[in-house]
Amino acid sequence: MFSFCTDPDALEGVKWLSCYLTTGKHQSMYWAVGTVLLLLAITAPAALLFGFGGATAARSRFRPLAWFGKIYISIVRGVPDIAFFLFFVIALDQAFEWVRHQVKCPDWDQEIWQGNDFRVCPEAKLPLGNAAQWVHETYGFFLAVLTFAIVFGAFAANVLYGAMQAVPRAQIETAEAYGMTHRQSFWRILVPQMWVYALPGLSNLWMVLIKATPLLFLLGVEDIVYWARELGGSKTAQFTDYPHPDWRMWYFAALLVFYLAFTRVSEIVLDKIMRRLTKGQATMGGEKQRKAAA
Amino acid sequence: MKKLVLSVAALALTAGLASAQTVRMGTEGAYPPYNFINDAGEVDGFERELGDELCARAELTCEWVTNEWDSIIPNLVSGNYDTIIAGMSITDERDEVIDFTQNYIPPAASAYVALSADVDLSGIIAAQTATIQAGHVAETGATLLEFPTPDETIAAVRNGEADAVLADKDFLVPIVNESGGELVFAGEDVPLGGGVGMGVRESDGELKGKFDAAIQSMKDDGTLNDMIKKWFGDEALVF
Repeated sequence: MFSFCTDPDALEGVKWLSCYLTTGKHQSMYWAVGTVLLLLAITAPAALLFGFGGATAARSRFRPLAWFGKIYISIVRGVPDIAFFLFFVIALDQAFEWVRHQVKCPDWDQEIWQGNDFRVCPEAKLPLGNAAQWVHETYGFFLAVLTFAIVFGAFAANVLYGAMQAVPRAQIETAEAYGMTHRQSFWRILVPQMWVYALPGLSNLWMVLIKATPLLFLLGVEDIVYWARELGGSKTAQFTDYPHPDWRMWYFAALLVFYLAFTRVSEIVLDKIMRRLTKGQATMGGEKQRKAAA
Repeated sequence: MKKLVLSVAALALTAGLASAQTVRMGTEGAYPPYNFINDAGEVDGFERELGDELCARAELTCEWVTNEWDSIIPNLVSGNYDTIIAGMSITDERDEVIDFTQNYIPPAASAYVALSADVDLSGIIAAQTATIQAGHVAETGATLLEFPTPDETIAAVRNGEADAVLADKDFLVPIVNESGGELVFAGEDVPLGGGVGMGVRESDGELKGKFDAAIQSMKDDGTLNDMIKKWFGDEALVF
């Protein structure tokens, strides 16, 4: 990285550290921080969308849709995350490839499942076998986003379902008295008011989601915990210019600071949102705000 | 416009046919000198050099991917990469699930490493999960302590969590040499497994054949022995 880094053995103190912390391997770790943040930025709205869909489906007056919503919520909430991540992603990947195989190679004469092996025709591979490594990584990343969204969506669905039930019946009754249709009273009265009941549950989910990101490594995405373990492990001089003993403690301490800072910032933001949502609500919090202002 | 689209599609198709299928090489990247991630963040080590040479000889385009040891076989059979080249010993249990090429490292010894040479080897022994060493420890009746990465097995001995670690001797030699006398070999070496080979899917006979031929040609002209000596030292077993 720096010009004086050509002979690390001769360096000491801060100079050595500045070279050490800017090796290609460390830069991979800094990228991984970005990966985690990007994953959160995409997964959170996606999971909320899944949750909203699940909750409205579960409340639906159309029976099969209600069953679908309730089954989604209860099955996904019941399966351990780690089992879901180990099994589901491979299954999802194979399902995509199976569908592509049926479409692209209708006259393929070999079995797809040969014993343990899963073999589709080369054109159906996802991504294609000769695609660049970044394509594979991006594909893995989006599989991860989808899996996280499905898992956390089920929890969010339950939270939102409860929140929708918590909106006072009198509010809906008033809407009906004004002649609003079912759809109108849902979008204009129920949805804007339910968030204040949903937020504590959703903020819990957000915190759990932040801490669940190390599960990424199970999906083949190299996250910060993987790099901390890899970089912190003891290194012998034969294989690196920067030999050091077991430094995992320091790397994990850095992760601790990162996660604590991140959750703290989240708490502050969530508090702000809560105050905003409470405004004008017929809840104790809303009443308190009104009195304080008056 | 339509013509343009068609010709672009045709071009893309022929380009796709011309470029050979890429062979994706799966490794762990945490087991020096076999394979590790170097300072630049790339896969390096004996198997990197060997794999690149094998691909050149077999005229294949190869790409390196890392995968956690625990799920390295499931990801091979489901097609996320095409070979395992990760210091994997050839054993009967693994051979039931995947196929191996001929070995590129002769059956080599595993060894115990501890803080003192006279440690009780029927005590608590650390080994990496799902390795032949872990299987061996379980058979000897010692208490097996498993870790997901090789590095953690060494750390467990250093901090006293385990009495000794059992691993490939080639992996342990540089660690013992650099520990400044803190770590020593204990007990006799244990011969385990049928050497190290590349893992391929059982249905992938063609690829297995290509790599078998390439390994054989490296054995015949002696380049494989030179490479083993370069990475594992002059005392290493050769063919």
